[in-house]
Amino acid sequence: MYKILEKVALNPSMTKMVIEAPHIAKKAKPGQFIIFRVDEFGERVPLTIADYDAEKGSVTIIYQKVGASTLLLDTLNEGEYILDFVGPLGVPSELEGYKKVAVIGGGAGCAIAYPQAKALHNMGTAVDIIAGFRNTDLIILEDEMKAASDNLYLMTDDGSNGNKGFVTNALEDNIKNGVEYDLVIAIGPVPMMRAVSNLTKPYGIKTIVSMNPIMIDGTGMCGGCRITVGGKTKFACVDGPDFDGHEVDYEELMKRNVTYRNLEQSAREKNCRLVNNAEVK
Amino acid sequence: MAKPNMCPTKTAMPEQDPNVRNKNFEEVAIGYTEEMAINEATRCLNCKNKPCVSGCPVNVPIPDFIAQVKEGNFEEAYSVITTASSLPAVCGRVCPQETQCESKCVRGIKTESVGIGRLERFVADYHMKNAAEKAEKPESNGHRVAVIGSGPAGLTCAGTLAKQGYEVTVFEAFHTAGGVLMYGIPEFRLPKAIVQKEISGLKDLGVDIKTNMVMGRVMSIDELFEDGFEAVFVGTGAGLPNFMGMEGEGLIGVYSANEFLTRINLMKAYKEEYDTPIIRPKNVAVVGGGNVAMDAARSALRLGADNVYIVYRRSEEEMPARNEEIHHAKEEGVNFKLLNNPVKVIGDENGKVVGLECVEMELGEPDASGRRRPVAKEGSNFVLDVDAVIIAIGNAPNPLIRSTTKGIEANARGCLVVNEETMQTTKEGVYAGGDAVTGAATVIKAMGAGRQAAKSIDEYIQGKA
Repeated sequence: MYKILEKVALNPSMTKMVIEAPHIAKKAKPGQFIIFRVDEFGERVPLTIADYDAEKGSVTIIYQKVGASTLLLDTLNEGEYILDFVGPLGVPSELEGYKKVAVIGGGAGCAIAYPQAKALHNMGTAVDIIAGFRNTDLIILEDEMKAASDNLYLMTDDGSNGNKGFVTNALEDNIKNGVEYDLVIAIGPVPMMRAVSNLTKPYGIKTIVSMNPIMIDGTGMCGGCRITVGGKTKFACVDGPDFDGHEVDYEELMKRNVTYRNLEQSAREKNCRLVNNAEVK
Repeated sequence: MAKPNMCPTKTAMPEQDPNVRNKNFEEVAIGYTEEMAINEATRCLNCKNKPCVSGCPVNVPIPDFIAQVKEGNFEEAYSVITTASSLPAVCGRVCPQETQCESKCVRGIKTESVGIGRLERFVADYHMKNAAEKAEKPESNGHRVAVIGSGPAGLTCAGTLAKQGYEVTVFEAFHTAGGVLMYGIPEFRLPKAIVQKEISGLKDLGVDIKTNMVMGRVMSIDELFEDGFEAVFVGTGAGLPNFMGMEGEGLIGVYSANEFLTRINLMKAYKEEYDTPIIRPKNVAVVGGGNVAMDAARSALRLGADNVYIVYRRSEEEMPARNEEIHHAKEEGVNFKLLNNPVKVIGDENGKVVGLECVEMELGEPDASGRRRPVAKEGSNFVLDVDAVIIAIGNAPNPLIRSTTKGIEANARGCLVVNEETMQTTKEGVYAGGDAVTGAATVIKAMGAGRQAAKSIDEYIQGKA
């Protein structure tokens, strides 16, 4: 059982939770993920680690309430327990040896992009963060991202923060204005990562994307998280989750990611019943 | 001594009717009654040289336990078995006895061998049902051993050492202990409650099981030594599933057998109260001819599929699955497409599987494995109309330990290199066994390796003392 030390709603759809997990906190590195299972009947859900504190023995996750399992997780409060919490999984991001890096986050992806930016910034690397949200109410981690970067570019799809545009617009402007990035890290919805990769390819800028496909064990057993990279089958849990953005087969990934969309819909309805039942008891 | 029962065939095993059981996940074989067990036990000739024992990877004293069954001393029979086996209820169900103990049985030369597996299962089940007291924790000898992986190899190694007084901690990556016994082998062949009872028996012996611990990531083997463990056993099992490398394996509805079975067995997707999603296909092709392929095919039937095909590129004779599994699958209505090789998975505009293109094969000259090599018949391609394809063509060993531990060597296939006598890896104090060493094999072979490693670990630690 893993205790919830802190729970903060970041915006109407996203929540931050700090979980007591000293073993994981001691070993976690940027780019790695955990798998949680709320209760005996729950799914195993992978989530990238948003932050960690080895001294306090805590691991921070940020999740978007989109599926049955994240909705169920969100019914828990500070002081309560999650049944299973396992990690750190995946290969840590390779962040050594770069001069100037653009870290790009889309929506919930900012929660994952942030620890990478922070690690780079702490290493003395020049970091620009470009973060995109649908509107200004959904912006998360603004102060944290500001503190972990030399320049923070906040974009909104609808321009409600006064800066209308996609992350690719800001990135392209910077590149065209002569900013020389030797690495771009893009984390967010698959179409965003694809768009960033398509943009950087002609410039020959190395681009790393973080994959979050369907997964069960996360340790290299089930094969559910396979994606095609450079024409070869790779497993996000043990070969990734970071991959060369110019080599990933995004079409296949997007199709596979909706495998259970209809089933998730019914699970969400079922979950409402579960929650209701729990409240009745 | 009473005259042996010279009936040429084994006492029949009561089973669920095929057309009933292919719609539920209850156990297929119901198990012997006391009368049936005694009747079968009297078929054993109790021969002097006990060939059956040499056929058993953990050397269960088979005639001795059967002699107790004959007398109706079922608890005594259990004590005899557990001198050698840590998981008798599991072995009685999933061991390939026909190629091991039973293949050596003198009765089997002219007629059917003694039903050793069925008797072992009966004895273990009798004990679970009737034994009142728990096993007692032996006095600690003060030495600590870490076991990585709680599958058959790890549990056997842990149980064997715990009985000798070692303080054993088992680290399991999943949320439940049992490894392949929990995620791989289906409920209808090996009820999960039985696996958990066997594991709780090990806990009674003092074995400490820590779940949610992915060793290699959360802790390294060197850290285990720093932590005071004197030896480590690696039983991390088979890992990454193999795929055919054919077009369309990324389509929606293509599963590895590992994923399909894990969703059903460990994550209980077949039960309404669980959130685990799974595609419930109507027409399914399972690619492969081993036990895992049979398990996947029979599970697909139970999820409600109308047509389930086994697509296998050789003939039935070459199939690696146990005869019993092939027989059960056929009885339940699995359709065998033999001498057919899949060449491409076909998808619709949404990326969902709508068919599996296959080519007919014929058998040519024997290959390196001694099996006749299948050769494609040109122009014989056809499409099976299916909405799911399950790939069950084996696994590569799990890469986590070898990629995170200095000094542990693996061969070209990724299997850990061990001294076959001692099961010691290339790193001092670290032993390994089971699928992590052999590649995909059987539960009992893994148990044999676990037991052998336990013996070596005992000698190693005692030698240092």
